[in-house]
Amino acid sequence: MQKIGVFVCWCGSNIAATVDVARVVAAAQGIPGVAFAADYRYMCSEQGQQLIADAVRQYGLNRIVVCSCSPRMHEKTFRTCAERCGVNPYQVEIANIREQCAWILKDREQATQKAVALLKAAVAKVQLDTPLQPGESAVVKRALVLGGGIAGIETALDIADAGYPVDIVEKEPSIGGKMAQLDKTFPTLDCSACILTPKMVDAAQHPNIRIFTYSEVEAVRGFVGQFEADIRKKARSVKADICSGCGICTTKCPSRQAGSEFDAGLRKRGAIYIPFAQAIPKVPVIDRAHCLRFQTGKCGVCSLVCPNKAIDYTQQDEIVTEQYGAIVLATGFDLLDLQHFGDLGWGRSKDIITSLQLERLTNAGGPTEGHLVCPSTGRQPKQVVIVSCVGSRDTSGRGKTYCSKICCMYNAKHAMYIREKYPDTDVTVFYIDVRTPGKGFDEFQRRAVEEYGVHYIRGLVGKVDVHRDGTLHLTASDLNSGRQLEMEPDLIVLAAAVTASPDARKVAGLVTASIDNDGFYVEAHPKLRPVESPTAGVFLSGMCQGPKDIPETVSQAGAAAVKAIGLLSKDKLLTNPCTAWCNETVCSGCRSCVQVCPYGAIEAVEKTVVTLEGKKEQRSVAVVNEALCQGCGACTVACPSGAMDLKGFSNQEIMAEVDALCW
Amino acid sequence: MIYNYYPGCTLSTNARALDRTARRCAERLGFPLVELPEWQCCGAVYPQAPDAVGERLGAVRALTAARDNGGTLVALCSACYHVLKRVNDDMAAVYPIRDKINNYLALEKPYHGETKVLHFLEVLRDHVGWNRLASLVTHPLAGRRIGAYYGCMLLRPGKVMALDDPESPAILEDFLRALGATPVVYDMRNECCGSYLAVTNRDYCREMVGRILASARDGGAEELLTACPLCAYNLVHNAAAEQQVPVTYFTELLARALGLATGGDVQ
Repeated sequence: MQKIGVFVCWCGSNIAATVDVARVVAAAQGIPGVAFAADYRYMCSEQGQQLIADAVRQYGLNRIVVCSCSPRMHEKTFRTCAERCGVNPYQVEIANIREQCAWILKDREQATQKAVALLKAAVAKVQLDTPLQPGESAVVKRALVLGGGIAGIETALDIADAGYPVDIVEKEPSIGGKMAQLDKTFPTLDCSACILTPKMVDAAQHPNIRIFTYSEVEAVRGFVGQFEADIRKKARSVKADICSGCGICTTKCPSRQAGSEFDAGLRKRGAIYIPFAQAIPKVPVIDRAHCLRFQTGKCGVCSLVCPNKAIDYTQQDEIVTEQYGAIVLATGFDLLDLQHFGDLGWGRSKDIITSLQLERLTNAGGPTEGHLVCPSTGRQPKQVVIVSCVGSRDTSGRGKTYCSKICCMYNAKHAMYIREKYPDTDVTVFYIDVRTPGKGFDEFQRRAVEEYGVHYIRGLVGKVDVHRDGTLHLTASDLNSGRQLEMEPDLIVLAAAVTASPDARKVAGLVTASIDNDGFYVEAHPKLRPVESPTAGVFLSGMCQGPKDIPETVSQAGAAAVKAIGLLSKDKLLTNPCTAWCNETVCSGCRSCVQVCPYGAIEAVEKTVVTLEGKKEQRSVAVVNEALCQGCGACTVACPSGAMDLKGFSNQEIMAEVDALCW
Repeated sequence: MIYNYYPGCTLSTNARALDRTARRCAERLGFPLVELPEWQCCGAVYPQAPDAVGERLGAVRALTAARDNGGTLVALCSACYHVLKRVNDDMAAVYPIRDKINNYLALEKPYHGETKVLHFLEVLRDHVGWNRLASLVTHPLAGRRIGAYYGCMLLRPGKVMALDDPESPAILEDFLRALGATPVVYDMRNECCGSYLAVTNRDYCREMVGRILASARDGGAEELLTACPLCAYNLVHNAAAEQQVPVTYFTELLARALGLATGGDVQ
């Protein structure tokens, strides 16, 4: 006999302030099959769960409905609780009376009525719930890390040190990412290369790490513990195994059209190039779009000068397919395209640059060997203006609404670089607010003001005029003194907003990870599961989850590694028993389900089935591979004959819920 | 498609050239303008008070009339276009002003911002197309270095006006290119001319116009073009004697390029 227990949570005042919980309990007591109903202030607490356990024991409950928050929040909590007291966890239903009721309604009467309706639907469904048992699946003990910047490198090193093999896939010709482009790092001003390049070497030499550079993941199949990825190794046109990395080819290449990505466009590079001197691997790559050989068929200089005959114009892309238990996304960030910032003169003067370009101009390995010069004249600037929040905290629609978090600190750093090396150069920083929380951060920014004499002016730049003779004229407001300012700086540095990597959207599609409106990956829980994606087995490392500085990125990279290691250390995983199944008697073998299944979990198989009339017949029917099925339900909707059904969410159960809502 | 036309007060008085040439060009380009039978002043300035009903009524009446006759309304004067478009946006989205106005007007069918408000330039760009326009030019303006002056009403606030990028606009330069002229891009082309300060603080207005004209000259412009009668007034009447440059409405140039100009039109 069915004995249903209904437990209504107040969630403090979150639910109870808007929903009359006592009336919900009273309504539950009137539903046939409900043997017990009660409310409690925090049902998820130990005392709340004890209340459930006691009621199960006392009233012999075998089905449970919890009216509380979203199942995304606590379904697992209550299922575990049910299992502990001997109720099958798949005979627990959650009526979401918080997010879908109390939080969105103001009127108490209306909210209470809706809570009762949701309760009735949940009771109708729980009555039809069948006990389900999870299966088991194996875990492939190898991790895939997408992105070879500091986040990806750190995560890979931690996983590899724990004894598991890791593959890093990086789309650029070298690992290192954005950190490799930086000159120094705040708040200690140690040289970026000095702390990053040893990590790059560690990753390259680690016996458990394989690095695929100039490569992209093209497809990902499978599920937690058993992912399978196709990695496209793009043709470098150079044989990596015999190239010595001498670089003669890069100096002799006659094509000088392409802007160097690594030097943020401040220098031209050859069509065959090594991104930077400390690149790993130190193997050049031919950018075929700019190569004379590939574009015109003439040339071939690199092949002639190569002492090892390593150039191979016929090299083809190669696809490597590999199995992984866990995937870590570390796709990093990019800077906002400033095309809509014509008011700041963007695109009209070489002397209006981004902060990343300034890093290259002050870096000893950069195009000017660390001499800060105005790109238009090659002369040292006497007055530099740094503009904060270019596209950050922007509500006009041309930028991003969020704070990019790192700019206030690197603006102070840049101001100090300049004042340290060129004491006769004046630096002014325009800002909305200075935001420098973090260990040693505020002290750092104050040093810029107090010791280095950097002028900080509260207010933003309204207009930059670029005169025909190349001089810059800047108009800004000083909000503290209420004055309009005019300046004629030689160099303007724009702290462009941080954005998600343009590839993030594509990668999210590959692994079915969620992304927010700005293209950053969404965490499974913003506070309690910050390094996990809502997709099981997919973890988040670094800037791809949101703006953060290097110390935070490294912390998160370590946290993501721990989560991945936790998964890889398991031999078996419990699988979700809510999978699809096929009623072979009514299946017509039309293969509609095979077409729609995103996981390749269904195939049509020729077999002997019993027809509705009880006769045996040989025909094609759909067969579900439970290990692959993720329970999305697409097949149940596509099936024209009603043969496909989902355990735990059967057509009958869904219709019972709808009926309960409608009657 | 019916192109309902809202001329506005200035185009019936001081800026008759803008009105006359626009109608003639539209006819030639295949989108004859149909003047709204009973229009009244748009209010001239978009009311900053969010609960101002009366100041919005003129615009709403025009928008409603356009809705009931095909749903498109074309304006020429930057200020009229600005007011019509922003009031239309209020009527589409902003409570409670839209309900207050509907209650007051007691229309048979309440107005909820259904009309599409277009600037004449938008029709040229999106309906005629620059390539087709260029192909219809019979008297190209070759060799003329013209600076487009946008002012502010046409472009800002960018989210509502949505005509072009408010900081790096291109529509007038594209227009000039289609007519065979050489557009001159200069820094102050989208800065305010002083607007109605011409009445209350003429000196400041002169200063603003001075900066615009200096920037245009620095950029190499020999003449200026505008879509706004008030901008045209300020650029001509509040310019210092040594800074004077010819200022024309964009439709005057268009008429000339299409071979429609008769002597009296272009000033």
